[in-house]
Amino acid sequence: MILELSGLHASYGATRVLHGIDFKMEEKSITTLLGANGAGKTTTLRAICGMVRTEGEIRFGGQKLGNRKTEDIARLGIAHVPDGRGTFLHLTTEENLRLGAYARKDRANVARDLAKMYEYFPRLKERSQQQAGTLSGGEQQMLAVSRALMLAPKLMLLDEPSFGLAPLVVRELFGILRTINAEERVSMLVVEQNAAMALDLADHACVIETGRVVLSGTAAELKKDDAVRRSYLGY
Amino acid sequence: MDALLHQVLAGLATGGIYASLALALVMIYQATHLVNFAQGEMAMFTTYIAWSLIEAGMPYWAAFILTVLTAFMLGVLIERLIIRPVGQAPVLAVVVVFIALLLILNSVTGWIYTYTIKTFPSPFPAQPLFGNRYLSSHELGAIGITLVVLLLLYAFFRFTPLGLAMRAAAQNPESSRLVGIRVGWMLALGWGLAAAIGSIGGMMVAPIVYLDPNMMSGVLLYAFAAALVGGIDNPMGAVIGGFLVGVLENVLGAFVIGNELKLSVALVIIIGVLLVRPSGFFGRVQVSRV
Repeated sequence: MILELSGLHASYGATRVLHGIDFKMEEKSITTLLGANGAGKTTTLRAICGMVRTEGEIRFGGQKLGNRKTEDIARLGIAHVPDGRGTFLHLTTEENLRLGAYARKDRANVARDLAKMYEYFPRLKERSQQQAGTLSGGEQQMLAVSRALMLAPKLMLLDEPSFGLAPLVVRELFGILRTINAEERVSMLVVEQNAAMALDLADHACVIETGRVVLSGTAAELKKDDAVRRSYLGY
Repeated sequence: MDALLHQVLAGLATGGIYASLALALVMIYQATHLVNFAQGEMAMFTTYIAWSLIEAGMPYWAAFILTVLTAFMLGVLIERLIIRPVGQAPVLAVVVVFIALLLILNSVTGWIYTYTIKTFPSPFPAQPLFGNRYLSSHELGAIGITLVVLLLLYAFFRFTPLGLAMRAAAQNPESSRLVGIRVGWMLALGWGLAAAIGSIGGMMVAPIVYLDPNMMSGVLLYAFAAALVGGIDNPMGAVIGGFLVGVLENVLGAFVIGNELKLSVALVIIIGVLLVRPSGFFGRVQVSRV
């Protein structure tokens, strides 16, 4: 198991958002978290990265994360593609990518991985010396994904990678995510509003409602589930 | 014409000193979005350290390097012990802390070294360099040192991973943590660098204005003006602003308003920039959706 959450509670100030999340994620798998707005999907990702106050247990590769700081969790090999993409707007595309590799010990492989990112996303190569703030939404999302990959992570957390992108761009991006999952053997936890696309991408899925996991299983099972179909797939 | 040229060049020399202090202000502004009112007193305090070292018989350049290192550590300590705890406090609370720091450093220096004015040596020869008629060798040396500091800083921020991480931490702390940057330490490092740059400015200005605990009050005003002219968030702008303010101050002081009213040049520039072009000449214009 790459990631195990048990009895995870999280709150913003006095408002409790997660009420005991339990789920496990297999190594090298793509798992998706589905749920309505405000169900606690983003908060779950933020909790894993130590960005909100939590109770309960998070284990990463068997190791307890406890109350580690965000930067230390990143150094363990968890890369987070945050909602809003987290682009360093005033730095160039290439500087954004280099920052992704900032915490890596194996400096020698950074140049090779940079070249690999440009292979996955040729558009980023064209824009490598451009200020990242001038990139389009889709390009910035590609940049966010590649910045996260530059960490050479074991686990990638993606918060609504399809947000604000044209359907064609989403399809391209999800295709590349699948390739990356297979080639780099990175586990991915994907939060998505677009349930149909997410279930196509993922091996496993969890449905979160008001801060609890109410349903989980393989993506194929959930696609057939009546409740999921009615609430999230809309037919 | 000759007199004008002389004033312009002398202005460039003091401008270099304003530039280094303005640069220190900009560095802390970029990281915290606050103007460090204690920047001048930090520079003054470290200049006294240099004075002590030189009085104790240390060669000038050894004292210079040791002072810069001490200033760096002092800056890091101030951030860790004093600024960090008020990190989440409202803006005005932090400003009060800056002003307290200014008064404390000023009084402590006065208490240790007394308020008697002292002379501070220049590392450069008394004879003008290269036989020129316009600039004393200290003025020329001060310009040179400012330029070297600038070049080193530019290379550090542009070409090293640590410099890149510092820029990232100042821009987007949350994303920086997500890639594993220790943002807290980057801020401390920024304070250390700012204090180190300030100490160089202090040691360069002390031979001109003499050493006393209030030596920086005027200089800091010019540095504020310089930082604002350049755009408070632009290091390159701050430097250009520094030279510009130095020249303006000197030329206006010599030919237009006289030496007594020189300091008002800085105030007029500050108010003028804020009224006409708040983002300065090179600053980023702040736009926000409402």
